[in-house]
Amino acid sequence: MNIIVKVQRYNPETDDKPYFQEFTVEVDPNERLLDALMKVKRFQDGSLGFRKSCAHGVCGSDAMRINGKDGLACKTLVKEVVEKDGDTVTVEPLRFMPVQRDLIVDQSEFFEKYRSIKPYVINDEEVEEGERLQSQEERMVFDDTTNCILCASCYSACPVLEENSDFIGPAAIAQAFRFLADSRDLGFKERLKILDAPDGVWPCQNHFQCTKSCPRSILITKRINSIKKMLNNQKKQQES
Amino acid sequence: MIHQFETVIIGSGGAGLYAALEASKNSNTAVLSKLYPIRSHTGAAQGGISAALGNVEEDKPEWHAFDTVKGGDYLVDQKAASILAEEAIQAVYDLENRGLPFNRTPEGRIDQRRFGGHTRNFGEGPVRRACYAADRTGHMILQTLYQQCIKNEVSFFDEFQVVDLILEGTKCSGVVVVELATGKLHIFSAKAVLFATGGFGRMFKITSNAYANSGDGPAVCARRGIPLEDMEFFQFHPTGIKGLGILISEAVRGEGGILRNRDGERFMEEYSPTLLDLAPRDIVARSMLTEVRNGMGIRGDRQIDDYLHLDATHLGKDTLMKKLPDISEFCKTYLGIDPADDPIPVLPTAHYAMGGIPTDEHGRVILDNKGTIVDGLYAAGECACVSVHGANRLGTNSLLDLVVFGRRAGKHIAQYAKGADGVKVDESAADEARQWIEQITDGSEGPHGGHITDEMQTTMMEKVGIYRNEKEMQEAVDEIQDLRNRYRDVRVQDTSSTFNTDLLEIIELGNLLDLSLLTAASALDRKESRGAHSREDYPERDDDNFLKHSLAYLEEDTVRLDYKDVDTSIWEPKPRTY
Ligand SMILES: Cc1cc2nc3c(=O)[nH]c(=O)nc-3n(C[C@H](O)[C@H](O)[C@H](O)COP(=O)(O)OP(=O)(O)OC[C@H]3O[C@@H](n4cnc5c(N)ncnc54)[C@H](O)[C@@H]3O)c2cc1C
Ligand code: SF4
Ligand code: FES
Repeated sequence: MNIIVKVQRYNPETDDKPYFQEFTVEVDPNERLLDALMKVKRFQDGSLGFRKSCAHGVCGSDAMRINGKDGLACKTLVKEVVEKDGDTVTVEPLRFMPVQRDLIVDQSEFFEKYRSIKPYVINDEEVEEGERLQSQEERMVFDDTTNCILCASCYSACPVLEENSDFIGPAAIAQAFRFLADSRDLGFKERLKILDAPDGVWPCQNHFQCTKSCPRSILITKRINSIKKMLNNQKKQQES
Repeated sequence: MIHQFETVIIGSGGAGLYAALEASKNSNTAVLSKLYPIRSHTGAAQGGISAALGNVEEDKPEWHAFDTVKGGDYLVDQKAASILAEEAIQAVYDLENRGLPFNRTPEGRIDQRRFGGHTRNFGEGPVRRACYAADRTGHMILQTLYQQCIKNEVSFFDEFQVVDLILEGTKCSGVVVVELATGKLHIFSAKAVLFATGGFGRMFKITSNAYANSGDGPAVCARRGIPLEDMEFFQFHPTGIKGLGILISEAVRGEGGILRNRDGERFMEEYSPTLLDLAPRDIVARSMLTEVRNGMGIRGDRQIDDYLHLDATHLGKDTLMKKLPDISEFCKTYLGIDPADDPIPVLPTAHYAMGGIPTDEHGRVILDNKGTIVDGLYAAGECACVSVHGANRLGTNSLLDLVVFGRRAGKHIAQYAKGADGVKVDESAADEARQWIEQITDGSEGPHGGHITDEMQTTMMEKVGIYRNEKEMQEAVDEIQDLRNRYRDVRVQDTSSTFNTDLLEIIELGNLLDLSLLTAASALDRKESRGAHSREDYPERDDDNFLKHSLAYLEEDTVRLDYKDVDTSIWEPKPRTY
């Protein structure tokens, strides 16, 4: 079948502002949207800029806005979008990050926020035996959050960031949970400063847009709420 | 622009990051990567990392080393395999201690499961050796190592793509790099350079490999006179999703999944009575193709794209959810089926390069069969060949290779860089790369890369695939040469400097063409069948003439082949049955 891919284009060397361009592409309905973009790039217009690598939803390179919804082009089948929205597919870069070229955005701030929550197990105690023990239950508490591929779909989907660009955003908080809930981690205090700040967890208003957009099925909003609870409990303890 | 470092590491997959953690302790280190580090293809690895921890049943490093040697059809260097198996245990503990969330046993220890070719007591039966984190083990390794790099403030240059290597005689002094954001050429001068650029499955039409797996490191080295070792050995993984090549981990069979033909028969009973579906990959992939050729594929039409079924329906939803969640999701997303209810349609997919840049046990690059070292040049991970995988890699041994030999290389570099003299490089080192880039971006007419890529991948898939013969491989060599000629006039369509992905992809295509040529030529020259290299015209292994590693030199437009000895100091080569 033929579909029309309507792509937001922008080249800072030649364009004052972004514009849309349409490409007609022949695709199999079972193909990925990424396959359609690759066909454009290889056989129609080599200058189309987008990131990609694994092509099966595990590296986080090709998050973009597809018909107004954030997600991975390689995890979106042509037939899904066509069934829902007809045979013109609009693709735009993710929001809240400066566009560098076509669908490529500058993710520095997104990664900066991720790094700010100290995304590593904090525990300097010597390990006596080869491995630290952890029960199956303890391991499962944070299981979903270990899936994060830092694709930034959730970040682009978040309505809070529309108003407050300093909010650290859903991915960073979900990753904070990944470590806070790990029985081997002792970093609660160190992360407190960042999470309990005005732009930490508190701006989240439970819109659930992050959770809906996450291609790795992470229960982001739930994890954000868990951290709020941890912080509140800690305050109660201090008061009593 | 010239940047000065003591150590430059190229690639931020498992091998590059582990080396960076070690090297940066002692030397001023930069990590260059054409992808953001966490986008590296190590993140796609699914099933596990092997180590004889013995957490669920008795196991020994010696058994692991032996399995590795036998799995590689005795083309493995045996001392290197022993190092791999022995250092595996500490390597896995290190990953755990650094925060890797392994699945656990009821006692809270790292859980282990079965994988192809891993056996107890020298082949008696399958053993549980693969440590795993669901079916996302590579993702967890990549994340954990990247997290450690953040903690240790390692310096990264993201989206910097290496296009040339600077060598003076047998001494390395840096690399030439294109920065994606600006199109600028940079020179990174360094006393020690480590290539950890990963695999090159994109030579083939159907592959489990990422777009980025274009073999840049090996290709750049080959063009600078460094031979590539054992390039004829490329692994086809038995279970890729039909048509797409997306990997369905061997862990599915490790957990009890069964391959079936159109009559529902467990056909591996015939080909490998002891290990059945968990025989090494080369054996399973060949058995599948034989079934298809005999009309026992699911359609039964004997066509090359006929397929088989991987049956996981009896494993139960709970096991699938806890131990194989991503696999289940791939099936739902790309096939619209639930593996708990329906069998998965599978076909072998081009997966892993056993060959690559020859190194010693410290990751130092070797220039010839006399063992001449290139000072300051290192390689580790899939782009390197130590060689611990020989003619066929066992599942879970690659992730292990990354951490064991990535770490060893990093440690050696840290020492070397302290002692070695400084290097001097001037801007002219980038001249060749600059001229080439100016030519392909000059805006004149020329072929674009799309068709050349397609033709290369089809040729390699059809003529240098699972079964090979003289006639087809000769055709492949000729066709690839022809494509290389066409490539000389190639032009990009994008002539801007900012984020010119077109340019970088065309450069990657040039790398894949060179590696395709080296692979096809090495395969043509090996007149025997061993591991993943199976020839219809020479169906037997021939130890008298071919128990040796190939070294392929790219000399202008021809390939010169040389050979070097295999270390068989521990186990004498024996017929390989399972
Ligand atoms: C789907 C899949 C599943 C697998 N499952 C398993 C498993 O369960 N167990 C196992 O042991 N093995 C598995 N493997 C194999 C294993 O994952 C790989 O061999 C291994 O991860 C390769 O790691 P690496 O560090 O060598 O390279 P990669 O992780 O591929 O990293 C390469 C790095 O080099 C960089 N790079 C490349 N070219 C350049 C350049 N020109 N300039 C700058 N940077 C560059 C890239 O940006 C990247 O950072 C699997 C492989 C695949 C494809
Ligand atoms: S939480 Fe989900 S959507 Fe957000 S960055 Fe991680 S994987 Fe992407
Ligand atoms: S290309 Fe890796 S997530 Fe889509």
